[in-house]
Amino acid sequence: MIRIKVLGSGCTNCKRLEASTRKVVETLGIEAEIEKITDYAEIMKYPILNTPGLVINEKLVSAGRIPAEDEIAGWLKI
Amino acid sequence: MNSFPKDLKNNHSRQIIALLFVAILLWLLAYNAIQPVANYISYNLLRLTPGSHLGDAIAFFLYDVPKILLLLSGMIFIISIFRTFFSPERTRALLSGKRQGIGNILAALLGIVTPFCSCSAVPLFIGFVESGIPLGVTFSFLISAPIINEVAIILLYGLFGWKIAAIYILSGLTIAILSGLMIGRLNLERHVEDFVWKVQSTGALLEEKLAWTDRILRAWESVKEIVGKVWSYVIAGIAVGAIIHGYVPESALAGIMGKQAWWSVPAAVLLGVPLYSNAAGVIPIVSTLIEKGASLGTALAFMMSVVGLSLPEIIILRRVLKPPLIAVFVCTVALAIIITGYLFNIII
Repeated sequence: MIRIKVLGSGCTNCKRLEASTRKVVETLGIEAEIEKITDYAEIMKYPILNTPGLVINEKLVSAGRIPAEDEIAGWLKI
Repeated sequence: MNSFPKDLKNNHSRQIIALLFVAILLWLLAYNAIQPVANYISYNLLRLTPGSHLGDAIAFFLYDVPKILLLLSGMIFIISIFRTFFSPERTRALLSGKRQGIGNILAALLGIVTPFCSCSAVPLFIGFVESGIPLGVTFSFLISAPIINEVAIILLYGLFGWKIAAIYILSGLTIAILSGLMIGRLNLERHVEDFVWKVQSTGALLEEKLAWTDRILRAWESVKEIVGKVWSYVIAGIAVGAIIHGYVPESALAGIMGKQAWWSVPAAVLLGVPLYSNAAGVIPIVSTLIEKGASLGTALAFMMSVVGLSLPEIIILRRVLKPPLIAVFVCTVALAIIITGYLFNIII
């Protein structure tokens, strides 16, 4: 079970990141738990300066941009 | 840098580079064809008379819309490539340990090149403060980043020329440096929300190694994102501008927006605050207002207020700043913009 967190206050980019992450998880057929973190105190526990951020198994993999879907898939396969 | 030759061996990378060259070629062809095509459509195809109100308005619109959209796409691509070499993390590392003064200048300069979206103002603020960057230096960055905004600069360059664009950048830098210094002097640390001081982030910072093809792809993504967001405002702004250009008599606005009207500068700043998201639409309109007698200082103050003092950003920052500090921030920036406006009304 992979634990995924989408960090962001709810701007459009954060929503787009969440949507593409869900899509990738679905296509790959991975069992994953996707959580949306909007509380700043919680977001700032990760070393992030630019939202949206993507955290996979407690590791920050991208910040400040929306990665391409195959990029997300690459992180999820490991 | 040294990944460049290695990229070329890869087939996919070669395709990207080839596409880039084709795109540059098409861009140059299109850019040079705008004026003849616009004239041909308005005066030959539509048979409008050169010099008539309608003819001038339509020729103006047909020339400015493709020109500005092409300039936007091309220059945002170049700026975005440049920006892949910067990140908020790198900026923070450069700023930490810098004193007031030097720190403010550096922060304002980095505000221009660091990729930053105002929806990230909170994590950025917390991250800067957490690593010990002084409050005033942090504000210099937070003021410069939105005011010296790439869309605004490109529009100014396309519609007014490089001199006005340079004046705008220099004034924006000065405002950011001085406002940050001022806020730093006031010792307002107690007006930052308490949770900010308790934040402790853990884990390694992202360090990315980008190949040239990655930079090209990312720049292309941001062209699509930014141009996709502003093109409709640009067209609407130029349409209104074209009507003003064709129909409003010269110097009609000198009375209300000229140098003599002392109150026009603060009024322009006030009017700019609620227009936050429409910088792309506002600047083409302002450019034609100047043609009709509005003074440059008033126009500059208006544009800076539109991009620099945005209501949503103020609301977002309320999460980390207590009301007195928000008030100081807004008033300092507004005052600095007003002074800039008067200054240019006096000297130009």
